[in-house]
Amino acid sequence: MARSKVVKKVAKQAEAKLKQADAAFVRVKVAAEVEQSLSTSRTIERVTVNKAYKMYIGGAFVRSESGRSFRVKGPKSTDPEVVNMPRGSRKDIRDAVLVAKNAQASWAARTPFNRGQILYRLAEMMESRRSELAMSLGREGREGREGREGREGQGAADAAREVQVAIDRCVYYSGMCDKLSALLASHNPVSGPHFGFTLPESLGVVGIVSPTSPSLLGLVSAVVPVITGGNTVVAIVASGDPRTAAIWTECLATSDLPGGVVNVIYGQADELLPHMAKHREVSGLSLWGDLGALGVQAEIDGADSVKRVRRYGDADRSLIATEDGARGLGYVEPFLEFKTVWHPMGM
Amino acid sequence: MSSRGADRAPLILPPSPTVDAVALEERAAALAKRSIKKATKIAGLRLAIRMMDLTTLEGKDTPGKVRALCSKAMRPLDSDPTIGPCAAICVYPNFVSVAKAALAGSQVLVASVATAFPSGQSPLSIKLDDVRRAVEFGADEIDMVIDRGAMLAGETAKVFDEIAATKEACGQAHLKVILETGELGSYDVIRRASDLAMLAGADFIKTSTGKIQPAATPPVTLLMLEAIRDYYYATGRKIGMKPAGGVRTAKQALHYLVIVKETLGDDWLAPSLFRFGASALLNDVLMQLEKERTGAYQASDDFSKD
Repeated sequence: MARSKVVKKVAKQAEAKLKQADAAFVRVKVAAEVEQSLSTSRTIERVTVNKAYKMYIGGAFVRSESGRSFRVKGPKSTDPEVVNMPRGSRKDIRDAVLVAKNAQASWAARTPFNRGQILYRLAEMMESRRSELAMSLGREGREGREGREGREGQGAADAAREVQVAIDRCVYYSGMCDKLSALLASHNPVSGPHFGFTLPESLGVVGIVSPTSPSLLGLVSAVVPVITGGNTVVAIVASGDPRTAAIWTECLATSDLPGGVVNVIYGQADELLPHMAKHREVSGLSLWGDLGALGVQAEIDGADSVKRVRRYGDADRSLIATEDGARGLGYVEPFLEFKTVWHPMGM
Repeated sequence: MSSRGADRAPLILPPSPTVDAVALEERAAALAKRSIKKATKIAGLRLAIRMMDLTTLEGKDTPGKVRALCSKAMRPLDSDPTIGPCAAICVYPNFVSVAKAALAGSQVLVASVATAFPSGQSPLSIKLDDVRRAVEFGADEIDMVIDRGAMLAGETAKVFDEIAATKEACGQAHLKVILETGELGSYDVIRRASDLAMLAGADFIKTSTGKIQPAATPPVTLLMLEAIRDYYYATGRKIGMKPAGGVRTAKQALHYLVIVKETLGDDWLAPSLFRFGASALLNDVLMQLEKERTGAYQASDDFSKD
């Protein structure tokens, strides 16, 4: 009996030791695995996600049909990356005018109040992208076309202010949409038993060359008053660095604005403007900045189809930057048609 | 079963080859990539206008609209008498005499749809009566529809007989046979219907009524042109082709001409053997011609509609 007791005790002890050894082995193994996985994760490199900037035509982000691009490079200190931007061509203008034409009737047919709601929505979208827009403005190379050294972008405070004024401008014109008719229409005294009404109507497709600076506020101030009146727009952004314009088109795309109402093409004004000026489907031109002979030629080319051509010089451009500048009926009215109707008075 | 009498021999038609759909679509797409510019473009667009069957087939058609269309067919562009005229006007039977009178003295022909267009789902006697009356009213060409239901049910003999009977009823008038390819389901059935129509006496085979989507597409047109080519090699008879519906832009029209040229050669690049059934196409072609002449893109509002 005693002998068997001893045997049992030894067996128990052996079993306990074995369990301990097992546990220790597992611990070592797990530790090794953890160690290995940690060291592996340290060696994984993240893929850089670069943004492919595109033009905005017909509510879609597209490259140029020509396949061309140009390089944009910000100031070295803040932004070392080089970006390829699509370079718009004559046929991009053609395509954009066609979609703008097709979008125009239904945009003009919306109630002015609804157009106002959509412009306010645009302000909302810009508000939520404030920091992105400001950061982009801050790193813009002002003369950033290929081969030229980019100047420093704006300071952070200036950039933030420009974004804020641009948002406020959208809100301003959003409020103007449903007041246009009351402000511009008239009841004319006529000789005879008739009412004479004059009513503002949209003009059609309007071509824009936006000011090169301030780049965001300039584009917003050129485009928004024109669509306020029910027109659709093809805007040429001719600045060397249109990256902030590209970010703004993303605000447009998410703002309930129907596709084709605003189309934005990056490129060179001297190449693109003559085709837009000759295009008979374009009813008006809003030309910003010092275009020189190019602007004069656009007026001559536009005369063939009786285009409404407005040229805005340096004085207007400096107005844009101020908080209450470039606001008002004066920027909407040139791109409206006025229709006068006679109606019998009855008794 | 078919309407053939018991006294007639059973219909035995040669089999149609099967269609390689992938190769067909690839070839049609490849042919659409040709770049046609300047003088060639102008020549192609002018030819396309002369190949056009200007069409109005709506419930709201009026004599006034048909007359306006006739004026447009005779002289598509006010400012340039060298453009056009179009090949034909395509209307419902009720407007054949109106069109005939409006087009008197011009080269523009009058085509009339018949055979219970667009469905073709009426008894044969009514369809034949429809054809005879259209011819009596003065139609130069008859655009008939095949019975797609019969075709899909495998009653090819019935389809064949109806086409043959319609051809007989046409007399001197040319017969265009509309297959309505959008309802036939597969390329093989389209090929079979094309062969059937040609064997039964069609002068033209035509893709669509314009009432069903998809209408004319480049692959379907290429397939039908290949059927025409094979038939020509077998019999020496030249059958015409008419894509209809869905051809809206000048660029598309040029691509169709490329497909014709590459499949059948120059003989078919003539209004006698190739037509476009279209209404919106003409204005786009005119806009492109004016763009080439003036250098400025045109506005659609500057061209008359209807």
